[in-house]
Amino acid sequence: MKIFPSGGLTAVAALALALTAACAPADSDGDTNDTAKPAASSLADCQVDDLPLLKDGTLTVATDDPAFDPWFSDNDPSNGKGFESAVAYAVADKLGFAKDDVTWVKAGFNQVIQPGKKNFDFDINQFSISADRKKAVDFSSPYYAAAQAIITLDSSPFKGAKTLEELKDAKLGAQVGTTSLQAITEQIKPSTKALVYDDTTKAVQALQNKQVDAIVADLPSAYYLTAAEIEGGTIVGQFQPETGDQEEFGLLLTKGSKLTPCVSAAVDALADDGTLEKLETEWLDQATDVPELK
Amino acid sequence: MTPSARQLEREQYRRRRTLRRGAVAAVSTIVVLGGLVLAVTSSPGWSNVRRTFFDVAQAKDSLPGIAESFWLNIRLFLVIEVLVLLLGVLIAIIRVVPAPALAPIKVLAVLYTDIFRGTPTLLVVLLVGFGLPALQLTGVPTSLFWLGVIALTLSYGAYVAEVIRAGIVSIHPTQWASGRALGLSYGVTMRRIVLPQAIRRVGPALLNDFVSLQKDTALLATIGLVEALRSAQVDQSRTFNFTPYVVAAVFFIAATIPLARITDYLTVRSLRRENGLVT
Repeated sequence: MKIFPSGGLTAVAALALALTAACAPADSDGDTNDTAKPAASSLADCQVDDLPLLKDGTLTVATDDPAFDPWFSDNDPSNGKGFESAVAYAVADKLGFAKDDVTWVKAGFNQVIQPGKKNFDFDINQFSISADRKKAVDFSSPYYAAAQAIITLDSSPFKGAKTLEELKDAKLGAQVGTTSLQAITEQIKPSTKALVYDDTTKAVQALQNKQVDAIVADLPSAYYLTAAEIEGGTIVGQFQPETGDQEEFGLLLTKGSKLTPCVSAAVDALADDGTLEKLETEWLDQATDVPELK
Repeated sequence: MTPSARQLEREQYRRRRTLRRGAVAAVSTIVVLGGLVLAVTSSPGWSNVRRTFFDVAQAKDSLPGIAESFWLNIRLFLVIEVLVLLLGVLIAIIRVVPAPALAPIKVLAVLYTDIFRGTPTLLVVLLVGFGLPALQLTGVPTSLFWLGVIALTLSYGAYVAEVIRAGIVSIHPTQWASGRALGLSYGVTMRRIVLPQAIRRVGPALLNDFVSLQKDTALLATIGLVEALRSAQVDQSRTFNFTPYVVAAVFFIAATIPLARITDYLTVRSLRRENGLVT
């Protein structure tokens, strides 16, 4: 019984492996052949029958599970309650879908951004638009611009901070994949590395355990969290992400989707006729009393 | 002493056979692996996959951050490994010692192994990482590093305890009898005669658990520790490109390979020792 092949054999096999590897195609430097976007079509060319849909006659919209307040309500995207649910139905309406023609599917972060076929027409889940991300997916026109906010406990020494500078020595936490996390590393630049959590629920738990001094989230989420989730929680202040563009949420579509211009046209129309503003007032508590952190 | 003609002929035959076998191995390796590579790279979605998972520029970008974070995985692993070994030996000995007075502790030990082997490791990590600090007890560490160490030590201690117990039970009773006949106490017999043989016998299984432990340090990301996998995820979520995951995977693989080779070596060595196998 032989456990190992003899030395000579191993060498030959290794050589064979090396040869096989050499046959693999060389890696290019990942250019993304960015095709020029067609100009946003007018809504007139975007009625249900002309749209390239996943399923004829229905609009399939995805979001994550659980779907958090204030973007959705009761973890049920199909009830039209919560800002993003309302926006999705407004977009569907602009494209000529009845409320019953909208189906919701659940899709986690990685499912949404993987290459290849998707199981939705568009996804709405507070995805921030960025140039990097546009290499992998399509975004519609922005439907919401979010400020960032710092949440801490009433008992925290950081409660009275007036500037981002004062938060340098705080232990900060944020959710993975959010602009909040980028705001920490690029704007606040804390002395200890930020802690990263799967979702806001875990970040909140860490805050209550005093494992972090403060968490960073977009303002509407911060409002909701301090109002409903965090005992003794308070918003220290808000600030605008200054690196790159202002943070804007867009609907996410498959890279190169034929639907993108139409969805963008619908969002633009909602912005022009004041619907987006109306929905914001209805579902998102507007920041009036939250101080700006310089 | 010169080898006989027959011996020379034998050696020549063996050399030829080795060459022949090497050639067959090489050809079949090239055909099979080459075929696999070809099948993958000529698939319709390959260019997409290559851009998303194997983007060189992206890999270079995320490499320093992931490398730095991986050092945390290594530190975690080294600390946890030592603690797991100590805990495992302790629990195993409690379970095999034939002292009726220890019955309550034995019951606890059995409960511990049953519960922690049966609970998903991720669940233990979450419960310890978020639950322990929530108790607000004094003396409980709040440092995430140590909470992570506690969680994985509890989880893996149960596996390792069972492996070591199996090792102890497998040592032939005559070893015990010889020790006691020489006038050694139970404790000394266990420490000097049985345990060394037991550990040696379950070496490969132990190392197997350690390889697994080394990978599971990634689970500690869920309680906020930014280790290699989380670091990769942060990069991935910023650009929507999966390459950082592949980079992190390479780090984990590179760290496990030495362990795997040591396991192979020890297996062969013990076979050679115990069964007189010449390999």
